[in-house]
Amino acid sequence: MTPPRERWSAIEIAFWIVPVVAYFALPTFRTFGSQVFVAGLFALSLDLILGYARIVSLGHAAFFGLGAYTAGLLAHHGFGEPLSGLAAGAVVAALAGAATSVLIVRGQDLTRLIVTLGVGLMLYEVANRAASITGGVDGLSEVPMWPIFGVFRFGLDGSTAYVYSLVVLFAVFVLMRRVVRSPFGLSLRGVREGERRMPAIGVSVTRKLVIVYTLGAAIAGIAGALLAQTTQFVGIDVLGFQRSADILIMLVVGGAGYLYGGIVGAAIFMILQDRLASLSAAYWQFWLGLLLVLLVLFARGGLIPLAEGLSRRLRDRRAKRGRGPQEAGGG
Amino acid sequence: MNVRSILRNVVVPIACMLVAVPALAQGTVKLGMVGEFSGPFAEYGQQMMNGIKAYMKVHGDTVAGKKIEIIQKDTTGPAPDVAKRLAQELVTRDGADMLIGFGLTPNAMAAAPVATEAKKAMVIMNAATSIITTKSPYIVRVSMTLPQVATPMAEWAAKNGIKRVYTAVSDYGPGLDAEAAFTKAFKAAGGEVVGSVHMPLKNPEFAPFIQRIKDAKPQAVFLFLPAGEQGVAFMKGFKERGLADEGIKLIATGDITDDGVLQSMGDSVLGLVTSFHYSAAHDSPENKAFLKAYGEVSGGKLAPNFMAAAAYDGMAAIYAALKATNGSTDGDKILAAMKGMKIDSPRGPLMIDPETRDAVQTIYIRKVEKVNGKLENVEFDKFPDQKDPGKM
Repeated sequence: MTPPRERWSAIEIAFWIVPVVAYFALPTFRTFGSQVFVAGLFALSLDLILGYARIVSLGHAAFFGLGAYTAGLLAHHGFGEPLSGLAAGAVVAALAGAATSVLIVRGQDLTRLIVTLGVGLMLYEVANRAASITGGVDGLSEVPMWPIFGVFRFGLDGSTAYVYSLVVLFAVFVLMRRVVRSPFGLSLRGVREGERRMPAIGVSVTRKLVIVYTLGAAIAGIAGALLAQTTQFVGIDVLGFQRSADILIMLVVGGAGYLYGGIVGAAIFMILQDRLASLSAAYWQFWLGLLLVLLVLFARGGLIPLAEGLSRRLRDRRAKRGRGPQEAGGG
Repeated sequence: MNVRSILRNVVVPIACMLVAVPALAQGTVKLGMVGEFSGPFAEYGQQMMNGIKAYMKVHGDTVAGKKIEIIQKDTTGPAPDVAKRLAQELVTRDGADMLIGFGLTPNAMAAAPVATEAKKAMVIMNAATSIITTKSPYIVRVSMTLPQVATPMAEWAAKNGIKRVYTAVSDYGPGLDAEAAFTKAFKAAGGEVVGSVHMPLKNPEFAPFIQRIKDAKPQAVFLFLPAGEQGVAFMKGFKERGLADEGIKLIATGDITDDGVLQSMGDSVLGLVTSFHYSAAHDSPENKAFLKAYGEVSGGKLAPNFMAAAAYDGMAAIYAALKATNGSTDGDKILAAMKGMKIDSPRGPLMIDPETRDAVQTIYIRKVEKVNGKLENVEFDKFPDQKDPGKM
């Protein structure tokens, strides 16, 4: 029997049906969809370290970019097998994550902010300097991908990219869902709520943080590799500060600490951006900014907690109406 | 909430919102414009779009019996993944017949495979890195490349008695490319580069570099900086430290005195010698027509620059190609019509190289002068029929 924590609720199942329906309902939006999934996966990786371990990062794109360049360079030099490219991206990003986590666990919030920012900027400069390898600011082109399993070619309509990104996102999500519900995930929550008390019950905070940071980096690497493979190009902006900042905004919009928050945030952010930009190619940023300000004002903590709060209030009211007046008054 | 109510209340409205009905008219040619319309490079998109509008104002929006329709898309800046997606969507969703625009190199490079796979012509209106045109056989470039404008500067300097040059460039891709092209051509013409310096791109303090240049006593300094404030700061330091008084000349490529920002640079840039393919001060009926139409479409808010002129010429190439193919937008036919095409451009004669599909044009040597109270890049020497040396 599955324990209640592991069970999928109706709303979760519905959530994952949406992209499947969208595949058929919106056939001309498949390329866009694949990029939403990549952003969602990237936001999910940030959620792990921000939402579950409270590590504020301004340089998460470093791992995204490492994954992208790893997969991109592999294909550029003649090895375009997608799945092993993903794995390579994850491994390289994880190694970098493990190496830099030493710096992360030592500091507190502000130090972490600066360290992550610094690592991000350094990697960007390295990619810029090593133009003979990375293509520098011009970007790395000629990244031919082999068909997935030798069958599904990456075409112009984006069908393969859509399904591929969705499957990868879902697979990683299922894995992460297990992780955060495992004893490890619970102890992470303990670290988040009371970092000083955890050692008292025999938990090494440092080790937990190193593991979760490395895991977050690996997933960001997968997301980056996915982007490189589906667009068959690596621009230096994959390592840019803008990308780190955008993903933080997406996660905050959705709500950190729910796993779904990043995905919802990424989807909303990108759909708004795309729709507003198609209404007015020059002035969409104003409207997006306005919406973000409103969100922060009226949905503190993000959309997921807002939705949760609303549905709870609805349930309470329904329950109150269902029960008799004498029961409601008791207790 | 059960699944059905989610479908009804959430998915369906979103779906309805997202599906744009693609209008399919027989008599239209759709040009998918991928450009930078927001962020720090927003002016690129603006300049190109105004150039396109100016051409359509002068020549009408119908050619070979087809109505020209522009679909404008914003890449948000240097974002190759977005640019490629927009190109894909333009081709598959909006039914674009050609891709145009592209202000920044990575955006053009990422979208190139889309043109190849869809077999659609792709007209580059700005992005200036040499290799772009090699990325797809369907690419045509009507702008320029950096080596193309830097090489004549070196040849002019060598021809005019300048033998010792110090190069000072911003430390980023275009700066290093300009330095490489200039140095190569200058050495080939018998000159000597007595020193070179790479200056930081962000918040540079020029004084130490200028002092170092002064100590090396060159005859001229070859400068490459991003257009705008930095050029002003360098010129001021150059004069304050007395390099101008010692007779050291300052030469540069023309993007530093971009016609779009030249007025705001002030008198400190007077006398600067630059090499470039387009000056708003170019005296020809074609340029007058362009400037007049540009003023009308922009409402005088933006001064036209080389990007606008290139977009104008891009439209000229498209109109002429459509006339030649009798309205067919087949990529191979359009490309065949464009290869070797000659255009009477606002910048002067322009040809599309039949082999490299890159612009072949006259590069002018200009000097910043004050004409009727306004700063102008006044052309005084020229190097006709310059190809891109990056591909030779």
